[in-house]
Amino acid sequence: MKLQFSQADEQFRREIADWLENNLCGEFEQIRYRGGPGDEHMFPAERHAWEQKLAAGGWTCIGWPKEHGGRDATIEQQVIFHEEYARVGGPGRMGHIGEGLAGPTIIVYGTEEQKQKYLPGILNGTELWCQGYSEPSAGSDLANVKTKAVLDEGAGKWKLTGQKVWTSLAHESDWSFVVARTDPQSQRHKGLGFFLVKMDQPGVEVRPIEQLTGTSEFNEVFFDEAVAEDILGQPGEGWGIAMALLGFERGVSTLGQQMLFQNELDEIIKAAKANGAATDPVLRQRIAEAHTGLRLMRYNAMRMLSDPSSGDLDKSALVYKLHWASWHRNLGKLAMDVLGPEAEICESGPYNLTRLQSMYLFTRSDTIYGGTNQVQRNIIAERGLGMPREAKG
Amino acid sequence: MDFAFTEEQEMIRESAIGFLAEQSNSEAIRKAMVSDTGFDPSLWEKICAEMFWQAIHIPEQYGGMGLGYVELAALLEQMGKHLLCSPYFSTVCLGVNALLVAGSEEQKQQYLTQIAEGSLTATLAYTGTSGRWDAGAVEATYSETDDGAVLNGELRYIPDGHTADLLIVAARQTGTTDANGIALFLVPADSDGVARQLLPTVDQTRKQASIQLSNVTVAQDQIMPGAGDAWSQLSSIIHLAQVAVAAEQMGGAQQVLDMAVDYTQERVQFGRSIASYQAIKHKAADMMLKSEVARSAVYYAACVAQELLAEDGDHALAADLPQAASMAKAYCSDAYFFNAGNAIQLFGGVGFTWEYDCHLYFKRAKSSETFLGNGAYHRELIAQQLLDD
Repeated sequence: MKLQFSQADEQFRREIADWLENNLCGEFEQIRYRGGPGDEHMFPAERHAWEQKLAAGGWTCIGWPKEHGGRDATIEQQVIFHEEYARVGGPGRMGHIGEGLAGPTIIVYGTEEQKQKYLPGILNGTELWCQGYSEPSAGSDLANVKTKAVLDEGAGKWKLTGQKVWTSLAHESDWSFVVARTDPQSQRHKGLGFFLVKMDQPGVEVRPIEQLTGTSEFNEVFFDEAVAEDILGQPGEGWGIAMALLGFERGVSTLGQQMLFQNELDEIIKAAKANGAATDPVLRQRIAEAHTGLRLMRYNAMRMLSDPSSGDLDKSALVYKLHWASWHRNLGKLAMDVLGPEAEICESGPYNLTRLQSMYLFTRSDTIYGGTNQVQRNIIAERGLGMPREAKG
Repeated sequence: MDFAFTEEQEMIRESAIGFLAEQSNSEAIRKAMVSDTGFDPSLWEKICAEMFWQAIHIPEQYGGMGLGYVELAALLEQMGKHLLCSPYFSTVCLGVNALLVAGSEEQKQQYLTQIAEGSLTATLAYTGTSGRWDAGAVEATYSETDDGAVLNGELRYIPDGHTADLLIVAARQTGTTDANGIALFLVPADSDGVARQLLPTVDQTRKQASIQLSNVTVAQDQIMPGAGDAWSQLSSIIHLAQVAVAAEQMGGAQQVLDMAVDYTQERVQFGRSIASYQAIKHKAADMMLKSEVARSAVYYAACVAQELLAEDGDHALAADLPQAASMAKAYCSDAYFFNAGNAIQLFGGVGFTWEYDCHLYFKRAKSSETFLGNGAYHRELIAQQLLDD
């Protein structure tokens, strides 16, 4: 059991830290610490330009195999990248869905032609992707997808009709990967296909969803005989590919996410010292608890990312989402309680929220998206503890 | 970075699981816990002679195995899981640590060698009657004489204090307070003026004693180095002990979860296994979250403790021991109590009986939560580090 990173990894850390110091400046200074969760609607053009800057430095898709344009970076190096990126306030990545989800899936399931077609745009930061999974009646129950895919035999293309929802970055994206039903007679996870869809076409309409923050990061996406550029794999294989995709990210960005959390906690501690909340015994307990929870989240992630030679490691991964989401939601409440009456006062009118207000409100979604706490608990109990599935019906 | 057990650590853990499942079963625990000593001497002999666990982190030059704190934590996790009744915690996690941190070369040579042989048990006695766990807990007093010191005072809540062969006593110069004037003494339990009394406890699996010191004379070579200014050593010893308790708690928190899941799988109500109800599953999932995070807390703290004890340890990591110990003790204390309480709930009526083992864990959860500071105590220590300049 070893906590320290190797010399080579520390060298890698200096390399990325130096690069960021020399490049995240000038025109990009204004987007430091911006565009993260709860703030994703901000500075889209500048952040898209930043993606291309990153790409020019060779810092996109570092975990991809070299033959596909990546660096073959180890898990440790990817962790270090995310840590250093977050440490200096690297802007919220607009390319993360392409880099972390679409790209790796295309690398595994795509044809040679598809790889040639889609990977370069992800690598060079020009083409952005969004994820078309959830639907109004397929939230926690993703297999209840109703969007239809019909093969236009003449054109040799699939056409999609239906609605996706909670699609982040849809209004900025060039491409979407969409799970749709290829076999109208099918049910549940059978008869689905995995499609790659160009967003800029007549059959696709994006409508922003106004969130309780008053801002819009998520969208509804309507397909009306939208043409799918490609299908990944075969009709009927969509569910398997959709699930495999969720496993690709392997949690390497989690340590970067924790760095963002640390920034938030630091801001709360600073506020507590400034307004006297730091002397309140109950708030002291809660601040210490938040600090402890975050540090332990880090060690949990390190166990999760370490060589899975022990059967325990799967368990640390299973509880990870429930842990961070619940922790972060509590942090939001703590921030407001530390600020006291000032917590109510917006940065400016009519409804410009401070970073902590925005965080506080946005964290209510943490325990819902990507598997609600309740779904997470089902998964933990069933996969982690071997408890039986709920009787259906 | 590799935050997983090595193969060797995995083997140590496996052997502990096998040994304790057989030797520290419910029947053995219940027999030992009602005895006056609180443990079965033949099992302790077996641990010392066959498993050699008492010597696990004693350096090789004193006859030990020379392994680290992570290996020790791996054992403690299993001991907590199986509620092992033995003088192991007091001898190794208090006694050995105290000697390693604060002993002179001669003292280590003399006592670590005996502990490694299995011929000596020990404990740390630093708390008086105040119920505190910090420097203010030290209430016994000492005065220096020409050839040593004289000790007086009452010590309370001392693990295995009634059976340990060697008492490592903390006392202060009369008139000093808090971290000032503290010294550590190696006091053979059969010294004149030492009166020991077993305290009946709610948690019967870990015995506590009160010790009355009445003009106990201690020779010069039994005074540990740094007398009068030994709080920094004592606090390190306490931190190491907190990590050890946390490791046991994590094992216990895991065990009550495992027991509860097994039971709910078997228990049928309304025509189906109660483990299939979400109300039950979600409680179990919350328990698993606690035990997994507790595990991360313990492994980290054990790595840090290891750096403190190792001769060529990483100083930056070692400096994190106070906070690492507090995080582990705070989290594991609360996790164990949460899990043990929920286990009773999941077992339902039978969880409330003396016959089922739930109460043994529930009681250990509370006693270990209190011992060396509960969650609130440790969170306040962390808050001081974060908020007080």
